[in-house]
Amino acid sequence: MLELTRITAGYDRRAPVVRDVSLIVGHGEAVGLLGPSGCGKSTLAKVAALLHRPDAGTMTLDGTVVRGWRHRAPQEQRTAVGVVFQQPRLSADPRLSLRELIAQPLRSTGRRREVPARVAELAPLVGLSAELLERRPHAVSDGQLQRACLARALVLRPGLLICDEMTAMLDASTTAALVAVVEAYRAESGAALLAVGHDRVLLERWCDRTVRWGERNAESVPLG
Amino acid sequence: MAETALAPLPGRTTRRIRVATSVTIVVAVALAVLIVPPLAQLDQQAVDLSNKLHPPSWAHPFGTDDVGRDLLLRCVYGLRVSLLVGLVAALTATVIGTAIGALAGSFGGWPDRVVMRIVDTLSSIPHLLLGIFIVAMFRPGVWPVIISVALTHWISTARIVRSEVLSLRSRPFIDAAVSGGASRVRVIVRHLLPGVLPQAGLAAVLMVPHAMWHESALSFLGLGLPAHQASLGNLVQSARGSLLAGDWWPTLFPGLFLIIPTLALAGIAGAWRDRINPRRKSELML
Repeated sequence: MLELTRITAGYDRRAPVVRDVSLIVGHGEAVGLLGPSGCGKSTLAKVAALLHRPDAGTMTLDGTVVRGWRHRAPQEQRTAVGVVFQQPRLSADPRLSLRELIAQPLRSTGRRREVPARVAELAPLVGLSAELLERRPHAVSDGQLQRACLARALVLRPGLLICDEMTAMLDASTTAALVAVVEAYRAESGAALLAVGHDRVLLERWCDRTVRWGERNAESVPLG
Repeated sequence: MAETALAPLPGRTTRRIRVATSVTIVVAVALAVLIVPPLAQLDQQAVDLSNKLHPPSWAHPFGTDDVGRDLLLRCVYGLRVSLLVGLVAALTATVIGTAIGALAGSFGGWPDRVVMRIVDTLSSIPHLLLGIFIVAMFRPGVWPVIISVALTHWISTARIVRSEVLSLRSRPFIDAAVSGGASRVRVIVRHLLPGVLPQAGLAAVLMVPHAMWHESALSFLGLGLPAHQASLGNLVQSARGSLLAGDWWPTLFPGLFLIIPTLALAGIAGAWRDRINPRRKSELML
């Protein structure tokens, strides 16, 4: 499904954050990526989500070699990967209601007619009431907002879901609920998962396999 | 004297009075420039040499100028022209500045660098000088003045909008939109511009008084509107000579007509800025 080969990426070419890292996520597989803070897991997740162009290395998504990142990637390729970020507060446009937040990807891809049905279908799955859907981000809790962000990531039915520390800001019960939503979606759609985090217990229980960002030689470890 | 070390913020009442005064003045000015010209019984351009340089009286509350024209009427006409020029120029400048700032900020990379170097170059030239250069290329009239003011005043707006866009652009919610399939245009129109519109609107209102002063300066220098057309700058300019002879009214009243409405507009803009800033902070909760 996803194949990252010898990826080098960062925000300054002279000092890349990620160096020579390889990672494979098979079809329908759930892979947990463990590593200490600041080791570059989030950068790698952004590369995999087509949101950050790497300095070197190749990436294959569903058998196609990726040629461009961000807006240079074709829309179908970008939307084939759903992403949930660590901080729901920062990943939600403060002007949109939760309903609009979830509907954005449908509107961006010209499928606005599906909005009412799809939102009505997803909201109960992630545990958002009709009343919450009309509120704006500043009027809901982090947990409620992260539920909406997960719904937004699932609304286009991606073949690969990337959760970048999705549950780091949440309490145990919300964590369990969101993981259950992801698992239910995967069971039904056969989507693959790349879960990034530093909670070893959670990722080992959640994923089929976990790979550790070796502290010993973090710079050139072939992961997976 | 710990209490005097920090000046207290103006109280709610003081602020309300200030805003109410500003709004009243702006409304009065708007009504005056809209209603007076069609109702006026005198022709603002009617020359009456037997009546020249009359001090304020009941017949001519603001007195008459050096060719006997009624100054009150001239001032209202002048304010009308100056306001029109100010409004149109400020709006045009804001639209240009917002477009350039948003494009530079959201594209980044070399387009951003090129645009910002142009902006730096333009802002290193005194903008009145640049404005004079632009009006000098046309025949005197309203449009050259508007074009001159608009083309020299978009720079600050472009800077404000660009920096706002740059700070919004790196937020994860833009990443989320890109991942959700949003095109470049959609990201700019739906997610970046709504975030900068309050700032751009505020910049536009703050620019109206500035543009009015600019128009007056150009007219005062004899480069703006043709001399027979009443504008606040022209009025002050033509009154210069009589001021030396001790006739104060042809200078004072156009001057007040320039100062009071511009202060009122700036007062409204200031109150608006105070309103949107704390709200924006709480909205973004950073």
